Amino acid sequence: MEKKETLAIDMRNITIRFPGVLANDNVNLTLKKGEIHALLGENGAGKSTLMNCLAGINRPNSGEIWVEGKQYNFSSPKDSIKAGIGMVHQHFMLVPTQTVAENILLGLDGVGFFMNMKKFEQEIRELADQYSLHVDPEAYIWQLSVGEQQRVEILKMLYRGANILIMDEPTAVLAPQEIEGLMETLRAMTKRGKSIIFISHKLNEVKSIADRVTVLRKGKMSAEGLPMDDMDRKKLAQLMVGRNVIFMISKDEKEPGEIVLQVDGVSATNKRGVPALRNISLNVRAGEILGIAGVSGNGQSELAEVITGLRDCTGSIQVNGVEVANQPPLTAIQQGVSHVPEDRNKVGSSPNLSITENTILKDYRDDPIGDGWKINFEKATTRAEKLKESYDILAPNVETMARKLSGGNLQKVILAREITNQPKLMIAVQPTRGLDIGAIESIQRLLLEQRQNGTAILLISEELDELMSLSDRLSVIHDGKIMGTIEDTENASIEEIGLMMTGEISK
Amino acid sequence: MRIEIEKRVEDLPKWAPAMLSVAAVVLAFLVGGIILKLIGGQPLRIFSFFIRNTFGSWPAFSDTLVKATPLIFTGLACTVAFKMKMWNIGAEGQLFMGAWFSSFVVLWPIVGPETPRWIVISLMIIFGIVGGAFYGFIPGLLKARYNVNEIITTLMLNYVAFEWVNYWIFDQWSDAGFQLSPTFEKNAWLPRLTDYARQFRAFSGITLHLGVVIALIAVVIIWWILTKSKWGFEVKLIGDNPDAAKYAGINIQRNIILVLMLSGALAGLAGTIEITGVVHRLQQQISPGYGFTGIIVAWLAKLNPTAVILVSILFGALIIASREIQPAGISSMLQGLILFFIISSEVLTRYKVKLVRTNAAAIGAD
Repeated sequence: MEKKETLAIDMRNITIRFPGVLANDNVNLTLKKGEIHALLGENGAGKSTLMNCLAGINRPNSGEIWVEGKQYNFSSPKDSIKAGIGMVHQHFMLVPTQTVAENILLGLDGVGFFMNMKKFEQEIRELADQYSLHVDPEAYIWQLSVGEQQRVEILKMLYRGANILIMDEPTAVLAPQEIEGLMETLRAMTKRGKSIIFISHKLNEVKSIADRVTVLRKGKMSAEGLPMDDMDRKKLAQLMVGRNVIFMISKDEKEPGEIVLQVDGVSATNKRGVPALRNISLNVRAGEILGIAGVSGNGQSELAEVITGLRDCTGSIQVNGVEVANQPPLTAIQQGVSHVPEDRNKVGSSPNLSITENTILKDYRDDPIGDGWKINFEKATTRAEKLKESYDILAPNVETMARKLSGGNLQKVILAREITNQPKLMIAVQPTRGLDIGAIESIQRLLLEQRQNGTAILLISEELDELMSLSDRLSVIHDGKIMGTIEDTENASIEEIGLMMTGEISK
Repeated sequence: MRIEIEKRVEDLPKWAPAMLSVAAVVLAFLVGGIILKLIGGQPLRIFSFFIRNTFGSWPAFSDTLVKATPLIFTGLACTVAFKMKMWNIGAEGQLFMGAWFSSFVVLWPIVGPETPRWIVISLMIIFGIVGGAFYGFIPGLLKARYNVNEIITTLMLNYVAFEWVNYWIFDQWSDAGFQLSPTFEKNAWLPRLTDYARQFRAFSGITLHLGVVIALIAVVIIWWILTKSKWGFEVKLIGDNPDAAKYAGINIQRNIILVLMLSGALAGLAGTIEITGVVHRLQQQISPGYGFTGIIVAWLAKLNPTAVILVSILFGALIIASREIQPAGISSMLQGLILFFIISSEVLTRYKVKLVRTNAAAIGAD
C-alpha cells in the first residue's frame, strides 16, 4: 500500500506481548509532520512500551512501523536514531560526572579519539540558541537542575538530527515556569518542522499543547488520533480511566493544635556549597498542612533535609520541643518525624529489597519488628501483607522487589511505611510527582487522613493545584527565603503566588 | 531458526543461581577436557585421577577438606564485606596478620610449653580474631573518616602484612637462621583425627583437624547475622542503597568500620587455623593465596554463606589437584574457566535466550 508522504510516523496494529501481559493490543498511532501528538494514559497503560518500540528498545510481536513513508524494522536504538527518531526518557540517561557537551557527543559516530571540544561546544551552543534551550555546554551534569538536564536530553536528540521527538512524561519533573519554557521549546521545534509525540497523563498540559490525542487504557486504544479541539478535561479523563473522575478533593474542618515543628532562623548550603536556605523560620501545628510552594531548586529539598537530619545547618529546628537540627537522622525518626522523600527510587526505597524489607526500613530497631539482636521477619511479613491490602499496593506478593513496582505503587509502599507508626510530623516532598490520576487521588486522601489524625504535615510540592486544595496555610519559597505565607488558601490569588515564586514580591 | 535475546521481566526462580554455578563448573570441566584432548592428553584419565585424589578415599577427601577450611574463612570474610559493597581484597594480608598475632601467643611467648592446650588454642584464636579485626579496622577507619578507597588500602596493606611477618621470621623468631619460626609445641596444635589413631585405626594418617568444625560454626554465625539480625539488615541495606540507609537513620561510617573488622577477623581466623591446624609454625608459605581465592569463592557462592562451604571444597580440591597433577597449570586453567563461566552466566540472570522460528518472527514484514 502506498503511504501518504505527510505522515511522520505511522504505526499500525502494533501488538506487544510481555510474559503474561498484553502490553499493547493492536494499537495504531499516526503522527503528522509538524504536529504535537499527545499519547495519554495511566501508568502501566502501555505508553512507554509503545514508544520504546519506536525507539528501537523493544520489538513489536506484530504490526508495522512506517517512518516518513518508509517501513522499518528497528532492532536497536541506533536504527531508530538513524531514522530520525529521538526519545527523551522520563529517567534521564546522562553521565553525571561528564560535561553537557561530552554527554551529547557520547556514542556519536564521527567523533574522533581527539576531540576539538571548543568546536563542538560552539555547535551545541548555536543549536541551543535556535530552540532557546539554555544550558552551558561546559557545565557538568551533576551541577544541573532537573529542568536543565532535560534540556540536555533534548539537545542530545536534536544534535543527532532527530526530526521526530518522543517526550516521555517530560513535565513530571519540572516546575511551572520550566514547564512553560518547555512548551515554548516544543512549539519552536514544530515551527521548524519537527514532529513531537508527547506522553503524559496530565490533562491540562495535554489539552494546552497537543494538536491531536491518542489514548491508551490497559494496552488498548480508547481514542485514536482525535483532534484536541473536540476534547475537554473531563472527556480525556474518562477515556483514560474509563470512569468519571472527581478533580477537586475536599477537606474537612479541623482546628489546628499545638505547634509540632518550629523552625527558627535556619540557613544551609546545598551539595555544591552554595547557600540554599537563608534564615528560614516557620512552624507547623498538629492537624495542619503547611504547603511550601516554589520553583524547583529554591531550597525545598534542603529544607526537608535539614529537618530530617540529612543536612547540616545553622539555626534551630525543634520537633515537640526537641532540637533536631544537626543531629543524625535517627534523632528525627525517634521524635516521630516521617519523611516522604523527593526521590522515591534513590532515597525512599531500596531497589533490590522486598516490599516487606522496605516497610521495616525505619522501625526494624523497635518492638515489635525488632526483637533483641534479631528482626522478627514473621511479624514484618504479616504487617507488610496488611499494608499491601489496606494501601492497595499492586504487586504479586510482599516478597516482590521494590524495583519491580510502578512509581505509584512504590510511593504507596513508602507512604504506608511512613504513616504506619503514627507520625507526629510528616515531611512530604513531591508526594504525587509523576503519578497517574488514580494514585494521586489516593495519596492526597492519605495525607488528608493523616491531618485528620492530628499529624502536622509539611507538604513541599511544585503542583500549585495540589498545594491549594490540600494546604491550610501556604508559604512560598524563593532563593532560600520565605517570600510570604498565605493564611487563606481557599481565596488565594494564583498571580500573587506566582509573583512570589519568582521573587518579584514578598509579603 | 534464529536466536533472540530478550530482557527478563519476571524474577528468576530461587534455584536458578545455584544451577548456574553448577553449570559453570560442569562447563569448565568440559572445555578443560577438550583443551586437554587437543594438546594430546587424556582428559578422562586425568579427571578420574583428579577425583580419586580429592574425593576418592577418606584420606584424600580429608586433604581436600583441610585445604577447604581456610577458604571457608576467607570466603566468608569476602562475603560479609561484599554484601555491603565493601571491596575488601586484603583478606590475604588479614590472614597473615591473624597468623602473626596467634604466633605471638606461643613465640613471644605468652604461654609456656606446660600451659593446657585448650588455653593456648583459645588464646591463639582470640589473638587471631583481634589481629585480623585490627587489620580490617585500618582501611575501615580510612574509608569511614576520609573516604579513602578501600580497594587500594586493603590491597596495599597485604604487602605490609607480608613484610611484617618477614621481619619476624627472618629476625626475631627465626629458627636457626632459616626463614621460618621454630615448630610450635604440641600444646599449640589443633587436635587432628590422626592423633586418635591409637583408639581408631581408621584415623591413621588422616590430617583433618578441628578447624573444619570451627569453620562450620563460623558459617552458621555469619548466616544468622546476614539473614536474621538487625545488623545484617543494615549491611544489606547499605550494600543495596546507601542513601536509603542514611535516610533510615543508619550510621554508615560506623558500619563500614564494623563490617571490615568482621571481615578481617574471619580472614585472620583463617591464618590462625592454618598455623595451629596444619603448618604449626609461622612462615611465608602458610597460604597459597587463600585470601585471594576467597574473593572467587564468595563470588561463585553468590554471597551465600552456606554455599561458601561447597565452593570452598571444590577449590580445595583444585588446590590438591595442582599438587597431584602435572603440569600444575591444569588446575589453574580449571579455576580460570570456572570463573570465566560464572561471570558470563550472569548475563543469563538478566536476559533470556530464545530460539525463534523465522517465519513466526517475520509477521508484519511483507
